[in-house]
Amino acid sequence: MTSVASLLPQDPAKTVAPIERSPGYWSGVGKRFNKDKLAIAAGILVLLLVLMAVFAPLIAPMDPYAGRTIRRLRPVGTEGFPLGTDELGRDMLSRLIYGARYSLMMGVTPVLMAFGVGSLIGIVAGYVGGKTNTVMMRTIDVFYAFPSVLLAVALSGALGAGIQNALVSLTIVFIPPIARVAEAVTTQVRNRDYVEAARASGANALTIIRVHVLGNVLGPIFVYATGLISVSMILASGLSFLGLGVRPPEPEWGLMLNTLRTAIYNQPLVAALPGVMIFITSISFNVLADGLRNAMDVKV
Amino acid sequence: MLVYLGKRLVYTIPIVIGVSVVCFGLVHIAPGDPLVSVLPPDASEELKQQMMRAYGFDRPYYEQFFLWCVRALQGDLGTSIATGRSVSSEVFRAVKNTLLLSFVATLIGFFFGLLFGFVAGYFRNSPIDKIASILSVIGVSVPHYWLGMVLVIIFSVQLNWLPPTGAGPGGSADWQPDWAHFRHLILPAVTMSVIPMGIVARTIRALVADILSQDFVPALRAKGLSELGIFGHVVKNAAPTALAVMGLQLGYLLGGSILIETVFSWPGTGFLLNAAIFQRDLPLLQGTILVLALFFVLLNLIVDVIQTAIDPRIQRS
Repeated sequence: MTSVASLLPQDPAKTVAPIERSPGYWSGVGKRFNKDKLAIAAGILVLLLVLMAVFAPLIAPMDPYAGRTIRRLRPVGTEGFPLGTDELGRDMLSRLIYGARYSLMMGVTPVLMAFGVGSLIGIVAGYVGGKTNTVMMRTIDVFYAFPSVLLAVALSGALGAGIQNALVSLTIVFIPPIARVAEAVTTQVRNRDYVEAARASGANALTIIRVHVLGNVLGPIFVYATGLISVSMILASGLSFLGLGVRPPEPEWGLMLNTLRTAIYNQPLVAALPGVMIFITSISFNVLADGLRNAMDVKV
Repeated sequence: MLVYLGKRLVYTIPIVIGVSVVCFGLVHIAPGDPLVSVLPPDASEELKQQMMRAYGFDRPYYEQFFLWCVRALQGDLGTSIATGRSVSSEVFRAVKNTLLLSFVATLIGFFFGLLFGFVAGYFRNSPIDKIASILSVIGVSVPHYWLGMVLVIIFSVQLNWLPPTGAGPGGSADWQPDWAHFRHLILPAVTMSVIPMGIVARTIRALVADILSQDFVPALRAKGLSELGIFGHVVKNAAPTALAVMGLQLGYLLGGSILIETVFSWPGTGFLLNAAIFQRDLPLLQGTILVLALFFVLLNLIVDVIQTAIDPRIQRS
């Protein structure tokens, strides 16, 4: 008969297997994202565009505002003006480089602001629930009942042209979709057992939101918001194209597209260039957002 | 079904009221005097007061809103400040052109979107799927106003095949079903169709792949149903979602036509909006946006009702 003691492990340090930490959620995300070559390429492109915007004064070969009427509308490949000149004789290459500043700022800022405001509205509505939720979400629904382009044009049209008004209008356009996603995700998380457990053990609402809700909802909301950046880029440049956003003589891709419209007959290639930049930026953001969504395994 | 219809209608009422409040509010968030575009800068205070009374701007907001709603229900959206004509007649004329353009664009976009979506969903991860996916990403990322310019450059400036602007020969704004008018429709409609094409292709691809991965597909195959028969089942399962996307897209195009209408000088609501904004013609702006937004709400309602009617699964839940 063996004694009980011999059944017990002699030296716990030797027999107990070392605790292996399971690879976390983020390392999985990183692995999946690293496999997605297209998304990485898009990410690099976005990074390059941001760098181009930040270091525009260092990269641009010429002053983007200095024009001369004697060198108006030169074709692509002109000596000293590799991408030609615009309708006022300004260097297209420099204007396209500087344009990244306005266009990126105009495209990204509204989504960031709407991400903040929309998440706040959605999380509060989703967490509190009940009548508060109904009132908040029905109000949001009213703005959601407008097609996005129409709402942006209506608001900035009424407020008047200008960068600030365009940013405000676009932010208002993107708050409803983000708030709806935030509300849906928060409502799901709120009904989980661990939230109930936290409530039962006496945690107050703020603590629960901070510790248990935020970490679980911000990821999906963020992924959804990144998907909106490409729409925002197109819309923001569209507003400038209509004359409602950035005003001349500032270099902004949408506005440049508008002022070069008359040049499609003599310099079609030059006239189309700003649109190529909007297209590249928007498609990069789109592919990057898709990659993020797949890597983070988010369904919104 | 009737209960659902009733519920859906009741739910639409607050949205319609909210949309009206927003449209009404547009005039009042506008900086400066709403009469600034009609009055000369040196207008006397007396004349100003008189005009304020004539347009009703001197009353309290809730009274103005109520009056505006009552008149709008009677089909009177006020008078355009810039032209002096009735807003409803201007909007009515423009809306026909925008409807035509968006409708044709939705049809084209839908045809190709469905085609790409189905093919890509059926042959997942094949080269065809890759091409279709790339096309749909391009479709949703391309700035359509730029695409319009590029098409004008290719087909009007270089090849001289199609007219670059307008809705008909000689600036005709009333559309006729003849070849001369049809030629004017091609470029704007094709440009516009790219947006729904991309979105429809994306949605349908995911949907078809999802349907094909469900258990009933191997079951059908096991009982010996032909591939064509299975395709029929897939179509039947995909139809409600496809229809919903189509309705929404038509609504988005109606409201979002302003950019394309500006590029092609298409005499629709977008053109009207553009004029209203730059002449600071607020009643016209307000009226046009109200009509377009209500169209969108109505379309949403119709889509929901049809979707419920043809998909028994929605009713049950």
